[in-house]
Amino acid sequence: MNKKAAKEYWRQNIKYLVVLLTIWFTVSFGFGILLIDELNQFKIGGFKLGFWFAQQGSIYVFVILILTYIVLMNKLDKKYNIK
Amino acid sequence: MTLQIWIWLMIGITFSLYIGIAIWSKAGSTNEFYVAGSGVSPLANGMATAADWMSAASFISMAGLISFMGYDGSVYLMGWTGGYVLLALLLAPYLRKFGKFTVPDFIGDRYYSDTARLVAIVCALIISFTYVAGQMRGVGLVFSRYLEVDINTGVVIGMAIVLFYAVLGGMKGITYTQVAQYCVLIFAFMVPAIFISIQMTGNPIPQLGFGSEGQDGIYLLDKLDGLSKDLGFHEYTSGSKSKLDVFFITAALMIGTAGLPHVIVRFFTVKKVSDARKSAGWALLFIAILYTTAPAIAVFARTNLIETVSEKKYDEMPVWFDNWEKTGLLSFNDKNNDGIIQYVAEPEINELTIDRDIMVMANPEIAELPNWVIALLAAGALAAALSTAAGLLLVISSSISHDLIKKIIKPDVSEKGELIAARISAFFAVLMAGYFGINPPGFVAAVVALAFGLAAASFFPAIVLGIFYKRMNKEGAISGMVIGLLLMLFYMTKFKFGWFGGGTSEDWWFGISPEGFGTFAMLINFIISLVVCHLTKEPSKEIQDLVEKIRIPSND
Repeated sequence: MNKKAAKEYWRQNIKYLVVLLTIWFTVSFGFGILLIDELNQFKIGGFKLGFWFAQQGSIYVFVILILTYIVLMNKLDKKYNIK
Repeated sequence: MTLQIWIWLMIGITFSLYIGIAIWSKAGSTNEFYVAGSGVSPLANGMATAADWMSAASFISMAGLISFMGYDGSVYLMGWTGGYVLLALLLAPYLRKFGKFTVPDFIGDRYYSDTARLVAIVCALIISFTYVAGQMRGVGLVFSRYLEVDINTGVVIGMAIVLFYAVLGGMKGITYTQVAQYCVLIFAFMVPAIFISIQMTGNPIPQLGFGSEGQDGIYLLDKLDGLSKDLGFHEYTSGSKSKLDVFFITAALMIGTAGLPHVIVRFFTVKKVSDARKSAGWALLFIAILYTTAPAIAVFARTNLIETVSEKKYDEMPVWFDNWEKTGLLSFNDKNNDGIIQYVAEPEINELTIDRDIMVMANPEIAELPNWVIALLAAGALAAALSTAAGLLLVISSSISHDLIKKIIKPDVSEKGELIAARISAFFAVLMAGYFGINPPGFVAAVVALAFGLAAASFFPAIVLGIFYKRMNKEGAISGMVIGLLLMLFYMTKFKFGWFGGGTSEDWWFGISPEGFGTFAMLINFIISLVVCHLTKEPSKEIQDLVEKIRIPSND
């Protein structure tokens, strides 16, 4: 891979990281901790929403984030002919 | 069949399986011993990572902890899963591309310095030893409860098993036994949870069950909030810790997870970079199954417990109550001599003390599940403790044989010599771990939780900056790691052991507990690293090229 392509590849990777880590921070530290009192006023089934994010929702989102990253990076690898 | 026969049967079958795998996957080279020949499939590596990661603490203690802490227990749930996002996005792919054997390998080569390597070795050893002692203790506890042997005999049996497959098989043996151990432990964890969820809510999925209505038509969580408040405890779904502290503890556990050497090293065992990403995904998925079930078990167990014991006659307690009273983990002191159990928050009136560790283990008995489920749980707890112990022992042995002997003391050692050294260090590491298991220093329990703080404060910044910041040099990284580690050790010994004048929670800096201080020490590490880096000269062109190379998965 030439230098220019390597740079572009890396820049795209960083873009993905910023977006995914923002979501990571929002669902755990945001919804599960900082905004918990506000969210706890809503309920889904027997769960208060903030409590649900802290003990269930954030974990599901974490799994989805990694899966998304795998798909995005596999696509990027393909675009730059990385095997 | 009686419970005892079931237990012997389950443990016998699972242990023969582990030993069979160890013989089948004997390591023949250092490459196989350290990283299983880098030929593990992402799915197998995901399972192995999950078993490596989920220790006796996750299996036995976590649900119990949460059931007493309520919302505050979320720090463990988010902390010990969120770290995998960091691992998958910020570390695993690049370390795999770098492609050596250990974390000190990366630190030593990236920062072109044996001093940096040595600092990394010390960090890895401190973290792994504190952690492994706790595991051996867990093995001993399970054996003593279920096989009715003495705790020390239990530790010795556990040592013999780990010794056998870690020394013989190295990473290759450990990887495939961990795959088997994952299957055993997750099955053992889920079966009782599903049974109890059906019993209490009619819903077979525990993750949904604990948000459903109980048989009386009241939401289980609302009922538990009510019961907790009536008995004077804080409301289950809200916490008693400050938001700032919860934030810092969660962050320290997350970042610490991403910095633990026995977890990182698992990503060196797959074939290529894309496999490293995939195995992080599998690993978190496998971990999430247990971690989303644990809070459900916590709620079921807590509700069950309160309803079974509170304001009931002591003479009419079920058999499990006597069984656990015998172990000393449950005790009743009839302060007002009315023969009725008063279980309340107020220590003056409360008559029942419950060790949180029994919540998972006693749960099937409390819910009156069949004997084979209880036996299965014992096998699962042993799988969890043994798999983590083995992974840690491998880090200790490779730190000594590879990082210390091969890279620093005697670089001309032959492959065969290094392999022998690796096996000897694994042997002594097991003995030391066993010694700490039998004579647990009082500080072990306190320190295991803090191992995360240490990992966050030392390794994480050095590795992340090493990948994402080309300009980062050895002066910056070394000073960051040393100061981060010392600051964390200082805070931890000051507030946990009373050194340097000690102090109470009143004296905590900014109200941050020692468990959460790793986050603070990590921030200091980052700042120091960057400042020192800019006051000293940048690394050579070769190093900067190396960094560019590890960022791209391909080889050209």
